[in-house]
Amino acid sequence: MNPAKILMGAFLVNNIILMRFLGLCPFFGVSTAVETSVGMSAAVLFVMMLAAWVSWLLYHVLLLPLGLVFLRTAVFILVIAGLVQFVEMVLKRYMRGLYSALGIYLPLITTNCAILGVTFLSIDYQFNLLQATLFAVGTALGFALAIILFAAIRERLEDAPISPSFKGYPIAFVGASLVSLAFLGFTSLFGISL
Amino acid sequence: MTNPPSRWQYFTSGIIKENPVLILMIGLCPTLATSVSVRDALGMAAATSFVLLGSNLVVSLIRKVVPASVRIPIFIIVISTFVTIIDYVLQAYQPALYRVLGVFVPLIVVNCIILGRAEAFAYGHGVFDSLLDALGKSAGYALVMLVMGSLREILAAGTWFGYAVTPSWFRAAPVLFMIFPPGAFFLIGILKGLVNRLTAQKT
Repeated sequence: MNPAKILMGAFLVNNIILMRFLGLCPFFGVSTAVETSVGMSAAVLFVMMLAAWVSWLLYHVLLLPLGLVFLRTAVFILVIAGLVQFVEMVLKRYMRGLYSALGIYLPLITTNCAILGVTFLSIDYQFNLLQATLFAVGTALGFALAIILFAAIRERLEDAPISPSFKGYPIAFVGASLVSLAFLGFTSLFGISL
Repeated sequence: MTNPPSRWQYFTSGIIKENPVLILMIGLCPTLATSVSVRDALGMAAATSFVLLGSNLVVSLIRKVVPASVRIPIFIIVISTFVTIIDYVLQAYQPALYRVLGVFVPLIVVNCIILGRAEAFAYGHGVFDSLLDALGKSAGYALVMLVMGSLREILAAGTWFGYAVTPSWFRAAPVLFMIFPPGAFFLIGILKGLVNRLTAQKT
């Protein structure tokens, strides 16, 4: 597949949150303010790229030649959980600035199904390492776009006159539905199918 | 903890009062993604229930020998074992369903409902109670999947389990919106709002 298509497909057409429904927990949990959304997006971009590389190498260098493909699920989740802890320790030791910026979001990422989803999808699509990297970057940018846009909407919803039973999650879902509807308009952009 | 009514509550609490999706708001991704038709939705619910039952069973069996400091990685290994089993079983015996559910089958491993029950319930309770808890949470999850899948299939295609249940004029121009991601977001928002309204009236 064409590299530009992979990038744009992951970024807009098959947006990880709004079209694929992956990573909804941080999407609704963190998107209450623009500032936290930016922090979360940065952490996701960072971990998603690392996870894409590590899982791709593990799968093609270790699991595939040894015939251990059935261990994929267990290996990937453990490696990502370990990776997040490792990244946290390295950042804490050597990059204080980045650590305090990403700090609280990093542990949350372990259970972010978007990260694991991207590693599985890269294998299902039989991407090579470059394609897998582009896919991870596009997906993380799509995550950032969706969550930051949505945070801006939710900040305004705070003051909107909404019936008490629809405050909070329900109206956030309806808002997400409208944002998702807008993203549906990207379907078949550059000839990329849903 | 020996009197029957409290044990019965382990089962019933998961269905409505502590419904994983509509009250606790966890496990949303697969709920929205796989509820396009009622058959797929129940397939997903069955796969998730299998993993939840297996994980609660094993975690409650080994809870006395698992040190607290490494419990989370061990839970994850237990869960991913059952996920791998259901992954291969579906691939072998239900290939059509497996194609529809796609990446969401291996992703059951990060479903917060399962890790949440292992941590919050099975690690501190006996085998029988943990199975009851898993059955209750599974029933609650299946209920939401049934409602979501039914509404989306009926509105978007005019059919239920593949049978036509609406007049032909409706099936000629159904609410196609419901089959797409925005429809799923919209529907869960409305359902959550209704649940909030009903629970607010009760208390």
